[in-house]
Amino acid sequence: MSMTTMRGADAVVRVLQEEGVDTVFGIPGGQMIPIYDALYDTPIRNVLVRHEQGAAHMADGFARASGRVGVCMATSGPGALNLVTGLCNAMMDSIPMVAITGQVTRPAIGRDSFQEADTTGVTIPVTKHNYLVKDEAELADTLREAFYLAATGRPGPVLVDIPGDVARAQVPFNERCIECLDAYEEPLRPVPEDIERAAEMINAAERPLLYIGGGVISANASDLLTELSDKCNLAVVHTLMGKGGFPESRELSMGMPGMHGMAYASHALHECDLMVVIGARFDDRVTGDLSRFSPGTKVIHIDIDAAEIGKVREAHVPIICDARVALEALLPLCRERGRTAWEEHLLQEKQRLPLTYTWDNTGMPPQFVVQKLYEVTQGEAIVTTEVGQNQMWAAQYYKIDRPRHFLSSSGLGTMGFGFPAAIGAQFARPEALVVDIAGDGSIQMNIQEMATAMDFGLPVKICILNNGYLGMVRQWQDLFFDKRYSGVELSARPDWVKLAEAYGAVGFSTDDPEQVVPIMERALEVTDRPVIMDFRVSREENVFPFIPAGQGVENMMLEPPRQ
Amino acid sequence: MAPHRGPASRGPVRNEVNRLKHTISALVKNRPRVLTRIAGLFARRGFNIDSLTVSTTENPNSSRMTIVVDADDATLAQICKQLSKLHDVQRVIDHTGEALVEREICLVKLRPPRERRSEVLQLVDVFRGDVVDIGGDVLTVQVVGGPTKVDAFVSTMQEFGIVEMVRTGKVVLTRGTQAT
Ligand SMILES: Cc1ncc(C[n+]2csc(CCOP(=O)(O)OP(=O)(O)O)c2C)c(N)n1
Ligand SMILES: [Mg+2]
Repeated sequence: MSMTTMRGADAVVRVLQEEGVDTVFGIPGGQMIPIYDALYDTPIRNVLVRHEQGAAHMADGFARASGRVGVCMATSGPGALNLVTGLCNAMMDSIPMVAITGQVTRPAIGRDSFQEADTTGVTIPVTKHNYLVKDEAELADTLREAFYLAATGRPGPVLVDIPGDVARAQVPFNERCIECLDAYEEPLRPVPEDIERAAEMINAAERPLLYIGGGVISANASDLLTELSDKCNLAVVHTLMGKGGFPESRELSMGMPGMHGMAYASHALHECDLMVVIGARFDDRVTGDLSRFSPGTKVIHIDIDAAEIGKVREAHVPIICDARVALEALLPLCRERGRTAWEEHLLQEKQRLPLTYTWDNTGMPPQFVVQKLYEVTQGEAIVTTEVGQNQMWAAQYYKIDRPRHFLSSSGLGTMGFGFPAAIGAQFARPEALVVDIAGDGSIQMNIQEMATAMDFGLPVKICILNNGYLGMVRQWQDLFFDKRYSGVELSARPDWVKLAEAYGAVGFSTDDPEQVVPIMERALEVTDRPVIMDFRVSREENVFPFIPAGQGVENMMLEPPRQ
Repeated sequence: MAPHRGPASRGPVRNEVNRLKHTISALVKNRPRVLTRIAGLFARRGFNIDSLTVSTTENPNSSRMTIVVDADDATLAQICKQLSKLHDVQRVIDHTGEALVEREICLVKLRPPRERRSEVLQLVDVFRGDVVDIGGDVLTVQVVGGPTKVDAFVSTMQEFGIVEMVRTGKVVLTRGTQAT
């Protein structure tokens, strides 16, 4: 076995190359200078961001759009701490990411040294695993293991904290051997009897329904899922994370259930007699009050994480493995099945309870803007979202037909995610049209990344649904707090055209519905820099349907309550 | 994910409430922060720890944690599965229903009235305890045993006025050839 030695920093970069990393996002600082020095000589694209949170979300967006591990970097102390929200965001949505952080030198650790922070301590709860490399001999394999852990099993973020003196030391560099890693495990296989029982239940069900989440997308199982739906005429509901896992323009796509989901989706979930849950985790935004959530329904739960089985809802048949592996096993055992009265009923429900909004004299409905965006981009864009009403309208009105085309901070609900995620996605898919559907509040949380997008000439489009409010919070205050609008008005409303231009980018602004499509068309013509489209929309529009937190389908509001 | 054994690892989880004290053994890698990771997991997910002991094992690279939790069946299953997910955890065993050797040490400081001292000493003898220190009017007594015995000892001593008390928390090994 050949063993060479090299500078720690060079070992880091060698491992990145072995792992196929072609882009890293970050900001250097004292303890990271050696690693940045090593990057200098490589073809790895070194994306200098303007805030480390941006780097984390870019790595996340890169991973979501490509299926590869996203990599971000930060220096010790403040730099590393700025990654925390982004790590938690990736953790909640099971996104494979590796964060490399600088740490003060080993002798300086524990002495409150300049820019020392207990990065591994702080990030334990927001990472799948983390490491502080204390022994330079372990540097290369630790980093390899980080990539391995990030991408296998239930994916997630892994952080490797590297003291400055380890990066500068001469370290041994052994050959890459994944099976030799301490963390290595054989992939999980399903229990054949469970697959058989699941198939029997599907074959026997009167009112079956597929309920899919992000696990279908991370397992690259959308094609098999679609095949299963085709073969057995199974209708599909998806979570926010599962959007794109099954083509939404298909008839049997029943949309997204839950708090702001389509009414027909929530009803379908409520009325089915068998739920086949694939890579979803019964989030409270989907289930509402658990005791009233689809009572009596049988559950087949497919998840790669055993801890998800029974965490929230009892499973009659648990299948613990990758969604793709499970579907491969399940497909041949499921009998062809024609459309039944159940599917006909669902399709009627879809007709009966469509999403609606109204025009009044308060201005342009934000839903209209998203609808036009869908039409102008022909549903082909990679859509990222911010958080709030904009996110829900994006989920409702922009139908997605392919996996990895809808990137949204689902579990954590991180305002400021959408724009850097769009940048990450654009790096992963340079030829793709990438649009961030944004709120005027959220976009200001990472707007500094305009400069990063300019540096690389990225034609990311930002579509702001500008309501001058932290709209989603205002909506709750409107409906449940007597319209006492406390701390939600974004009074100073920046001139978004000037702001875009200040960065050298392109800006448009309008409140005229007639201008929406022309502006979008002009925005699509820009191919060498970001574009901000500021759509001034009706200020107090609310998102419906709405099942208030902790309630059941029967409490669903389909439209604004009458005054 | 580390393997785990015991009722909590089997079959679909029943969400029936069956709140009891359960003993779990976790074999963990001797890595920095492993205790923080486990304690943090319990805190974050709202699991209650009754007692927790950490000790060296036959293997210098591993430690064994004996954790007593107060949980219903569903929570117990979650605890075992969430523990198994930690990368530094090698094996988790839910000992519910297993035959175990269980021991803990309890030290009790007593200040019995002079005229009742011999009564105390007799009772200590019944529990096969030892007087390990005498200072002034204070006796320190040690008792070793399973939790029931130690509980019984403590409640017996209560009437003599316990000045201070400490218990190690329980350690267990499964009986016979079954691995812990
Ligand atoms: C970082 C962060 N802070 C606070 C919140 C709470 N929050 C959820 S939605 C929302 C309003 C978002 O406003 P905006 O981006 O303008 O979107 P809108 O709802 O108006 O479309 C807020 C403050 C959050 N999700 N994330
Ligand atoms: Mg807003």
